[in-house]
Amino acid sequence: MDLVKRYLRSPAAVIGLLLLVLVLAMAATADLFYPRDPLALAGRPLIWPFSNPRFLLGTDNSGRDIAAQIFHGARISLLIGGVATAISIMIGITIGAFAGYYGAFVDTALMRVTEAFQTLPNFLLLLVLVAVFGSTLTTVTIAIGIVSWPASARLTRAEFLSLRNREFVQAGRTLGLRDARLIFGEILPNALPPVIVYASVVMAIAILLESALAFLKLSDPNVASWGNLIGAGRDVLRVQWYVSAIPGIAILITVLAVSLVGQGLNDALNPRLKRR
Amino acid sequence: MSPILVLDDVSVRLPAGGDRSHAMANVSLSLAANEILCVVGESGSGKSMTANAIMRLLPGGVAIDGGRILFEGRDLCRLGEAQMREVRGAGIAMIFQEPMTALNPLRTIGDQIGEMFELHTDLPAAEIAARTLALLEEVRIPDPALAFRAYPHELSGGQRQRAMIAMALALDPKVLIADEPTTALDVTTQAQILKLIRDLQRRKGTAVLFITHDFGVVAEIADRVAVMREGRVVEAGATAAVLGEPRHAYTRQLIAAVPPLEAPPPRQLSGEPILALAHVSKTYRTGGFLGRGKRVTHAVRDVSLVLPRGATLGIVGESGSGKSTLARCLVRLIDPESGEIRLNGVDLAGLSREEMRAATRRIQMVFQDPFASLNPRRKAGEAVAQGLVVHGMARPQALARARELFGLVGLDPAATERYPHEFSGGQRQRIGLARALALEPEVLVADEPVSALDVSVQAQVLKLLAELRERLGLSIVFITHDLRVAAQVCDLVAVMQRGEVVEAGPIGAVFGAPQHPYTRELLASIPGREIGAGRRFAEEPTA
Repeated sequence: MDLVKRYLRSPAAVIGLLLLVLVLAMAATADLFYPRDPLALAGRPLIWPFSNPRFLLGTDNSGRDIAAQIFHGARISLLIGGVATAISIMIGITIGAFAGYYGAFVDTALMRVTEAFQTLPNFLLLLVLVAVFGSTLTTVTIAIGIVSWPASARLTRAEFLSLRNREFVQAGRTLGLRDARLIFGEILPNALPPVIVYASVVMAIAILLESALAFLKLSDPNVASWGNLIGAGRDVLRVQWYVSAIPGIAILITVLAVSLVGQGLNDALNPRLKRR
Repeated sequence: MSPILVLDDVSVRLPAGGDRSHAMANVSLSLAANEILCVVGESGSGKSMTANAIMRLLPGGVAIDGGRILFEGRDLCRLGEAQMREVRGAGIAMIFQEPMTALNPLRTIGDQIGEMFELHTDLPAAEIAARTLALLEEVRIPDPALAFRAYPHELSGGQRQRAMIAMALALDPKVLIADEPTTALDVTTQAQILKLIRDLQRRKGTAVLFITHDFGVVAEIADRVAVMREGRVVEAGATAAVLGEPRHAYTRQLIAAVPPLEAPPPRQLSGEPILALAHVSKTYRTGGFLGRGKRVTHAVRDVSLVLPRGATLGIVGESGSGKSTLARCLVRLIDPESGEIRLNGVDLAGLSREEMRAATRRIQMVFQDPFASLNPRRKAGEAVAQGLVVHGMARPQALARARELFGLVGLDPAATERYPHEFSGGQRQRIGLARALALEPEVLVADEPVSALDVSVQAQVLKLLAELRERLGLSIVFITHDLRVAAQVCDLVAVMQRGEVVEAGPIGAVFGAPQHPYTRELLASIPGREIGAGRRFAEEPTA
């Protein structure tokens, strides 16, 4: 309750939350407003926005309704963002927790693996994964999750390093608690807040990564994602720029919303840092 | 003599929503040149706020909302920020509790002391260096030239505090405010620093406002005392009068809570040992490559001790003496590298991790810091029930048992549903005790269980511990740096220095007729040795 109150105190966080609710509403009402397949041909290609009341945001170069693609694309972007973030955070927490808790050899080994992932530019790694395993929605989502975990692993590890020597953890050990219980029952709940906040950054990156893939026409072509629409608009970018610009704005708003919510959560979870 | 610093009816307002509206309420104090005024009180009494208010260094949201603070006749409350900066350091200087955090770790000691001259005077650099060196000599830092070039981490705690004092005295301030300057120091170092402050104050005629929670320190150093409680001065007067014949009930209660240094008459001890340590050692090795630059620390060296059933064995020593490492070896939080720890004949040091997990039922630990030793995200009742669940009890029974245990340690059984931050320090320490007792251990290892508590709360927790020892037939290993506490609760005592036990035996014998020079030094360093003794003396005729 207190957390909600502190969160709502910041105007930026409230704006972020409203924008996020807007995107969620778009995803939820896509079938209601645009029951037809968003990828089906709807009319004349390249109608400018606001010139035809049937196509409020116009049509793209193959004559598909842009508004329908934006609404349905919200689902895909949120799905990819959410699932990829979950995968990434889960891998990150597990590796970070074990490295931070056990230290010594385990830490060295796991951190070298993490560094190996970090030194590779993650978009290149993503391209390789997609090139090898194909570009269906599932593989793209998993691949994004796999390339974006190292930072959350480092964050979790840092929290564990400082928490594992706290007296309450030692007290747990003197009570005879097993390592797994100490890690997941005692330390992890205390280590979680910064990781949750960081998840918003991962989510924004995941959405951008998918768009970048789609722009190179390497994402799943059978779903109506914002990235695919940007990719399609690339061919007519110089004259009918709105085909790429509209989904671009949608991505901008979503990423901004997620970041603002993350920042708001951070301030709400660390009220002492906020005050200065 | 006319007072140099006067607090006239000063009030300091706290932000709305706290447990009280004012940190200081109508506080009036006066401090004359060449005297030491001790402000004494428990945590939350507003004693540190008094120092901050005089320096006008109040945290955000806290403000002076009444009264005058007169320094040499000028009201500090009305000065502008620029004028106030001139008063700070040159007129009124301050030293803090923890010299490590008050010094900048990236700059040398000489540089930081010299900064005082740079800010407030136009002296040339060579003159500044010379004066800084002279100051370091004055505070009797060993090898001042070396300390001048040293970084804070290269000095010991006592040396750092000397450097802080040098910095504070650089510009010959009229008033020195010392906020718990010896609390973080070992008792032998504390004695030296107190003597230093006293000497310098006498020589320079400085007025000292000394803030402390420790009546021993008050007896040692103060000319006059002011006792604070919840932001008010409840009693003020000459030291001998306040300590000898306290008029206010709260002062009497505080002084009565200071444990006397003599041990009570010895109890009959069982001949049967429950815990026997033989040649326990733990060494830390750090750094070093191919045998070069290696540092070896003997944290615990060849310790052999015996704890009879039902007795309390005190382990006393200063920081770094290895007493906490030894405690952790007993419960295998740290694995000793050699030696035996026999609990009822079973060598704990030889058990595998899995066997030790089962053996934790029989030996439990209470930790020092009541704030760090409870998981902030777990309800108090669950923390207590946790051990029982791990050792196979069903959750509902374990929670019911936790409620019983809450009753046993003097907490409301309904409080099991609350989170740790909703309890006070003393209450949390009771929760920690309940958690340790849940498994019905035979031996309790208590690592500084009362040193983070106020003196009156400390007395309650010690009383509880003594009661539980009788009722449950506990045997206790009691780690402490506070010899007064040790004298009250322990039957036997072992004095540790640099990892070794230098002297051990019945507490009355060790404290009454110490054999080892280090034990004698420790006992001689305790501030205000006569306090408890005087009381005991005074109480006996009425009893």
